[in-house]
Amino acid sequence: MSNRRSPWLTLFTFGVYIFLYAPIVVLILFAFNSSRQNVVFESVVNKEPCGVFYWFCALTNNSDAIDAAGNTLTIAITSTILSTIIGTMAALGLQRYTFRLKSFSEVSLYIPIVIPEIVMGISLLVLFNGIFNGLNNAMQLAGDQRLGLGLGTVIVSHIAFSVPFVVLTVRARLHSFDKSVEEAAMDLGANEWTTFRRVTLPMIMPGVLSGAMLAFTLSLDDFIITFFTNGPGSTTLPIYVYGLLRRTITPEVNALSTVWIMVVLIALIVSRRLQRRAA
Amino acid sequence: MLKRLREHKSLQGTLLVSPALLWMIALLIIPLILVVITSFGQRDPDGNVIYGFSFDNYVRLTGTTDTCQNLGDYLNGAWQMIIGSEARTCFDPLYVQILWRSVLIAIETTALVIVMGYPLAYFVARAPIKRRSTLLFLILIPLWTNFVIRVYAWIRILRAFDILYTPGAVLIGMIYEFLPFMILPMYTSLEKIDPSLYEASADLGANSLRTFLRVTLPLSMPGVVAGTILVFVPVMGTFVVSDILGGKQFVLIGNLIQSQFLSARDPTFGSAASILLMVMTLIVMIFYTRKFGFGEEVIVG
Repeated sequence: MSNRRSPWLTLFTFGVYIFLYAPIVVLILFAFNSSRQNVVFESVVNKEPCGVFYWFCALTNNSDAIDAAGNTLTIAITSTILSTIIGTMAALGLQRYTFRLKSFSEVSLYIPIVIPEIVMGISLLVLFNGIFNGLNNAMQLAGDQRLGLGLGTVIVSHIAFSVPFVVLTVRARLHSFDKSVEEAAMDLGANEWTTFRRVTLPMIMPGVLSGAMLAFTLSLDDFIITFFTNGPGSTTLPIYVYGLLRRTITPEVNALSTVWIMVVLIALIVSRRLQRRAA
Repeated sequence: MLKRLREHKSLQGTLLVSPALLWMIALLIIPLILVVITSFGQRDPDGNVIYGFSFDNYVRLTGTTDTCQNLGDYLNGAWQMIIGSEARTCFDPLYVQILWRSVLIAIETTALVIVMGYPLAYFVARAPIKRRSTLLFLILIPLWTNFVIRVYAWIRILRAFDILYTPGAVLIGMIYEFLPFMILPMYTSLEKIDPSLYEASADLGANSLRTFLRVTLPLSMPGVVAGTILVFVPVMGTFVVSDILGGKQFVLIGNLIQSQFLSARDPTFGSAASILLMVMTLIVMIFYTRKFGFGEEVIVG
């Protein structure tokens, strides 16, 4: 039975792949719709400027969408860098040492994985509201001066839910780590820092990189936590699209989504090529 | 100072973990405690929280109304709710219905995602190695396009079939959102199975069904368990899919919590609902992991 697969299994698998891709294909198709209402497909848009790419050009004049894209990237990059550093340190500490708060640290790092995201989202909202109310009252700030939710609150929240996943990924790598290589380096006269920089870090690097990749993905894809912690000036693309869905939907949303999908696709293919070359 | 640090192994460990630990205490544990405190408070007419210690919000979630006088009334009310009678005393079933609906859709989604994902994961795991990574890559691409965009993509198809804003539409949306999260861990554990086991099973006279039931399925259980955790927990708490594809009628506990914090402006009731959601999810997960284990070997890789 080794390599003969049932045709039914092949057919079923094919069906599931169609299920996965049909909505995306329809989404892209409607980015070229001529009807502004965007309910049924009328015909391929062909208006000045840009002809069939009319809705994509309209996007370049949409400063809200461009700002949202910028915010999304700022948040994802900042939170990825910080959560990778914090998470890698914690993974080293948890895997290599014994100390008093170890099991407490392990439990608190597992919580974000097993509680629904919305609970984390509203608890962060309660925290930030409390802090900002307290600060505003204490410093007697009024009007525009009042402190509130913004890029900062979104970034620290994203770090909070990314760190546990980085810790998990890096620990998996450390788990299969041969300690004798480090001992050999020390025997040959390298101090702790040199050993870490020249031996440990290069060896755990694949784990660190896949942790960073995971953190970046989680941040880009996040909607719920951002929804509760964003404020004026920190709208991300998912929040922006969600806002549009509640009002009128034009093919512009489809154009925006298409650009997003294409960027992701190119990034994925490039990183896959790079990984292959490295391997 | 540095010399002391070098000698103290436990101090080194504490220092390495402390940024992560402080982050978790400040942004996870303290906020959760604040939510618990808020849930016992009351709301004043302006929407501000008056802190106190009352169980009113939790009682409100059970739907108990003022018409109840004694135990007999409660039992009668509960019975009428169970038999689905229109004459309701004691209980307003609104919130219980929301909770029940949320649990039910989480169970349905998880079950259907297993049924749809398992054959695919099996197919990919047994495909020639060269094709495997491409097939896997094709599952990852939809996962990378944003959550909200993926839901949005369904609006037009569901409208074409005239089922937009129905419970069925929400279920389809949920399956679509979470299918990849089930396929990936199932694939990981199916791929680990040594193909010689299949041959051994066949040599010993088992037919393919028996091989599947006695070899493949038990060995791939860790993947199914890990996938279930990755699907069940987020489905229980989401409000995006039901909001966009379910219309106003299909309210899940996530929608209830969201509206309490934003439009209804009653964070105390919203906090109580969140605590209930968290406790319910944890109970299900503890019950489930006691029975099947964590499947962490799959999550970790």
